Amino acid sequence: MSSLTLHDVRFEPEGARNYLTHDFGALSWLLTKDHKRIAILYLFSITVLFLIGGFFAVAMRIELLTPEGDLLTSDTYNKFFTLHGIVMIFFFLIPSIPAVLGNFLLPLMLGAKDLAFPKINLLSWYLYIIAAVMGLYIIITGGVDTGWTFYTPFSTQFSNTHVFGVTFAAFIVGFSSILTGLNFLVTIHRMRAPGLTWFRLPLFVWAMYATSIVQLLATPVLAITLVMLMVERVLHVGIFDPALGGDPLLFQHMFWFYSHPAVYIMILPAMGVASEVVAGFTRKKIFGYSFVAYSSLAIAFLGFLVWAHHMFVAGISVYSAMIFSFLSYFVAVPSAIKVFNWTATLYKASVALMTPMLYILGFIGLFTIGGVTGLFLAAIGLDVHVTDTYFVVAHFHYIMVGGAVMAYMAGLHFWWPKITGRMYPEWWARLAALLIFAGFNLTFFPQFILGYLGMPRRYHAYAPEFQVLNVMSTAGASVLALGYALPLCYLIWSLWYGRLAGPNPWGAVGLEWTTSSPPPQENFHETPVVTWDAYDYPAMMKAVGETQNV
Amino acid sequence: MMLSDFPLWPDQASTVAPGVDALMTFMCIITGTVSILIFVVIFYLAIKYRRTPENELAQDYEPPKALEAAWIIIPFFIFMFMFVWGSWLYFRIQRVPDNALDIYASAKQWMWKFQHPSGQREINTLHVPIGRPIRITMASEDVIHSLYFPAFRVKADVLPNRYRTMWFQATKTGRFHIFCAEYCGTEHSGMVGWVEVMQPTDYQKWLAGGTEGSLASQGEKLFQKYACSTCHTNDATGRGPALIGVYGTNVTLSNDTTVVANEDYIRESILNPQAKIVKGYTGIMPTFQGQMSEDDLLKLVAYIHSLGTQKATSAGPPSSLPSAPPPAGPSTAITQQNKGTNP
Repeated sequence: MSSLTLHDVRFEPEGARNYLTHDFGALSWLLTKDHKRIAILYLFSITVLFLIGGFFAVAMRIELLTPEGDLLTSDTYNKFFTLHGIVMIFFFLIPSIPAVLGNFLLPLMLGAKDLAFPKINLLSWYLYIIAAVMGLYIIITGGVDTGWTFYTPFSTQFSNTHVFGVTFAAFIVGFSSILTGLNFLVTIHRMRAPGLTWFRLPLFVWAMYATSIVQLLATPVLAITLVMLMVERVLHVGIFDPALGGDPLLFQHMFWFYSHPAVYIMILPAMGVASEVVAGFTRKKIFGYSFVAYSSLAIAFLGFLVWAHHMFVAGISVYSAMIFSFLSYFVAVPSAIKVFNWTATLYKASVALMTPMLYILGFIGLFTIGGVTGLFLAAIGLDVHVTDTYFVVAHFHYIMVGGAVMAYMAGLHFWWPKITGRMYPEWWARLAALLIFAGFNLTFFPQFILGYLGMPRRYHAYAPEFQVLNVMSTAGASVLALGYALPLCYLIWSLWYGRLAGPNPWGAVGLEWTTSSPPPQENFHETPVVTWDAYDYPAMMKAVGETQNV
Repeated sequence: MMLSDFPLWPDQASTVAPGVDALMTFMCIITGTVSILIFVVIFYLAIKYRRTPENELAQDYEPPKALEAAWIIIPFFIFMFMFVWGSWLYFRIQRVPDNALDIYASAKQWMWKFQHPSGQREINTLHVPIGRPIRITMASEDVIHSLYFPAFRVKADVLPNRYRTMWFQATKTGRFHIFCAEYCGTEHSGMVGWVEVMQPTDYQKWLAGGTEGSLASQGEKLFQKYACSTCHTNDATGRGPALIGVYGTNVTLSNDTTVVANEDYIRESILNPQAKIVKGYTGIMPTFQGQMSEDDLLKLVAYIHSLGTQKATSAGPPSSLPSAPPPAGPSTAITQQNKGTNP
């Protein structure tokens, strides 16, 4: 029980090679099978795509400063919100935590040398890159204007833009996601260190497990749906277009059967990061560990049963609307469990308000607001009024940016010393965290009010009475943009000038903190044997005697 | 800045709007209280138990496990209360009252066309009387649109393959927004208009201001123009079934199933006659898919609807669409919606 110790760490002799210095040259990166290097490849690629997606957001927010459509043409605006959605969802949020942090950490947390299928791991990055390059090519050559939802028959018969290319890119990036999920599932089942039983796993691993199930089961449905869309658009086989004998609602059912669970692909890993960070910066075991673990599985399962809550006004029957409303309230329960458990963990803890913890406390608050506004949308009678308005835009940004991106930032800062071996500058990082929190709320809270006032989403020009709130939103977006620019600068700076981190700068428990930073290529010099529960801080503290001051 | 330029709550101008606003207020109070409570607790705990040299290690203490049950069970019951309230409200929004005034709408990229039973047509403007339920039957000519009246708190997607209905009863005179709420292409944000809610007397005056004849009588002209009348004669001798008294009844098909002759069935029978052939007839009717606008279709449907109120033995078609409740009754909206799930 008490054999978890920091003195197990094998400090690397001076000049010893780690995964970054093991090999040099472009090919050593492009042909690597090391999960840690692949994580870095993903980190680099999704950051580029995040900046592109962010550019579209900034352009839209500037356009929306005035009620008239004066900066961009309608077609350009429509392409921008479409591309913002596609880039941010398929090319940033879905791969963000799993492909960067999950890739890097899963084998480390499990005490393994690598993922189960290292070559498939590299393949999934190449699929991502092929799709991303296709996407960028399409952006440069004219873009697409269907909305990221590709609703038929607009996408199959009416849009004159690059629908085929973009759906094909989304189809390919889907396989990247499927392969990552498959790889993680097998790794978690087969490659845990001796003694690392299921209920000794860190909650991040549980979250990745639940995420992988969703990726593996839901993404193929998206692939099928997109193939059918392409077949109808190119070969004019009637599937969704009524003029050809198809049914447009069929597309919506199939699309949301993937795209609702996709929300959980984005938020479940964020919840996993939250659990790790809360435990690390309270030095406590997460309260109700098994409830938090099982709630991830419950969310993954229930997430498959609620897709038609996106369609309450689309023309489904009154009774099916009721059933989907009922099930949507069900899926809110496990999310509530997590929020309460994280909060309860703070009780009688030793709370260090370092940057990752600031992000996670922000995450809990914003995720709570995003979650409870989901309850508004699940109330069908209320949804009739607020669906397809800015209320929905605000709601899902609170989940995806306030939730997923905040947690991604938290995780990036938390594990940055492990990934790079160096500390980020704490003062700047705290400033950025506060800017992001404030800017985010100023951007998106006014949109709840705009939505209830009735401003529809995807509007290039809008009624003049909505202007004040839109100006507030744009002001917030500029603070938010500044908040995101800061980490980009100081994290790069820290690669050269950051303080050396040492193996465990936070005094955290978890196998990843028992190896050096950055870890050696084989992760551990000898396979760890686990005899303790997750987050067993009392045992660790006893063993170490005293902790490092952080 | 004037406060009127900066509204925080939308106009409340229909019978269902206060109900929606009441639920909204309830949701804001409950979720706002819970959220603020969580924030306060987090702040309090994070400050009280912040890491200090005396508090380097967390205390080895766990809150009682009963808490876990409490925050599963209590939220669940609150959620169920929200579910019941939301569903009850939804049924209210969906169920069309008996004495509704029918208006027909067609949507196309990027305009709303409304037709009144007495024949008036308008684009991106809709005149309606106050205090009377208005039922809108609508279809799209191209992509999916969504007809949204924020002041009435109602919205429904408009589909290209079948009719959908929505209703409202205005409680305030004045001008209110009409928005398209489902993204429909380039000028989506320009697909907007105004609904003018008028006193009934003003509405009558407005109606009297010029017309090309009622919708049904325009439909009758089209019935002649498209030569429907050569086959669909008034007696059983025609090559097509007689249409008098058919609307709203059960029709037996050639495969011995039955179908209700509602707007959707009539529309389908015009566009795709081979889909459901009436028993005893052969499928010789040509398809009118792509040859008839949604406007004309609505007129023909209105005409056949008007025939439906006649006895089968009646001498001839009437010349106007009665504004009496349609034979299909108040549950039409729900039956039509049910069709949607099994296309």
